[in-house]
Amino acid sequence: MSSTPIALIDYHAGNLTSVKKALAALGASVFVPASPEDLSDASAVIVPGVGHFDATRALGPDWIEAILQRVGEGRPLFGICLGMQWLYEGSEEAPDVRGLGVLSGECRRLKSPPGSQLKIPHVGWNSIDKSRDASIVEGIANGAQAYFTHSYVAPITADTVASTEHGEAFASVVQRGQVAGVQFHPEKSGEVGLQILRNWLRQAA
Amino acid sequence: MLAKRIIACLDVRNGQVVKGINFEGLRSAGDPASLARRYNSEGIDELVILDITATLESRRALADTIRAVARELFIPLAVGGGIRSEGDADAAVEAGADKVSLNTAAFSNPALITTLANRYGSQAIVVAIDAKRAGDGGHFAVYSRSGTTSVNRDAVEWAREAESRGAGEILLTSIDRDGTKAGFDCEMTSAVSSAVSIPVIASGGAGTLDDFVDVFTKGRADAALAASVFHYAETSVSALKDYLQGHGIPVRI
Repeated sequence: MSSTPIALIDYHAGNLTSVKKALAALGASVFVPASPEDLSDASAVIVPGVGHFDATRALGPDWIEAILQRVGEGRPLFGICLGMQWLYEGSEEAPDVRGLGVLSGECRRLKSPPGSQLKIPHVGWNSIDKSRDASIVEGIANGAQAYFTHSYVAPITADTVASTEHGEAFASVVQRGQVAGVQFHPEKSGEVGLQILRNWLRQAA
Repeated sequence: MLAKRIIACLDVRNGQVVKGINFEGLRSAGDPASLARRYNSEGIDELVILDITATLESRRALADTIRAVARELFIPLAVGGGIRSEGDADAAVEAGADKVSLNTAAFSNPALITTLANRYGSQAIVVAIDAKRAGDGGHFAVYSRSGTTSVNRDAVEWAREAESRGAGEILLTSIDRDGTKAGFDCEMTSAVSSAVSIPVIASGGAGTLDDFVDVFTKGRADAALAASVFHYAETSVSALKDYLQGHGIPVRI
């Protein structure tokens, strides 16, 4: 894949082992930057993460500036789960923490329709329904299933490539130019997830 | 639509799967990674590796087993058995576990649920509850130490507490049904599943394909776990999923 490595941002929101393993299995070269300065060496940036939006507070102004600079240079940026939500302007989960803001909209909590027995958090395999073609979903069949675990969701906007339904429809794959993200865990979604990662790595190469 | 999950459990001791297995067709008999590979190719949704001895030596073997499975399979992997401390959980996660399952330690040290949930996120913390029917029904007594010690707790109430302390899922095993192949305890599963908003994984008693239909409908389970029905290849994961789909239950195909 790429000769210059991909930066995997560790802001202590969950464990990076699975993401690293999946990327290694696909032949990608990955490093975890210790400081925002290290991002200058990155060919592309991945923001993983799972858990509470408040954890993204650790990505302070220095990180935001460094990541926005890479995006400005046209280097690919990929957000996974909480990392995808962080690409938006913010989330009602932690209203005083702002997101990166490269995608418009605010994330909010999934709503369970009154009287329904739907459980929130949304945990398990669910289908992704494509609303348009994009490089990130190349080779992915409409209705392919991926592994989710989350309670907050990103809104459906022009950036949405695929949506998923759990009580309501939400954005499960997004792409806007060199910025992409998935609400599910591609590193835990079997062949479907690996194909998404391959698609993104091709873009990052 | 969110699929009902089928989870295979591998009981391991010193790096080998120890429940009886139909070794035919497996190159390395009793090797968890080989079995995991087979289940993955059949479409299993998730794997649980349970260290049934949890001695120091087997703990090291367990880490090797987790590494071997996590290196090639990219589906959720939970690890349980003898996880008593942050250090035990760290070792499992470091080796490649996505979730750790707490049982006895959750009673002796309930704060561990919260500590680990804060560290890894609730999605990584499964609280395993082993329970059996008590008295005239409607009450399910919880046992710890592999089902040997009563803890004077009711399964519904303990599941609620585990959720409030930060558990992300409940793995509910019926001691009465475990190993009997008489079907899951749907009444108990439904009671617990209705009481919490986190997913409940039903375990204990899987025998026939209809047992799985029942636990997802009457039992309101979010996932079902089985070991020997898959090991013995009495039921392949793919045949089970076809059957469930034919009965209108959403599964991952």
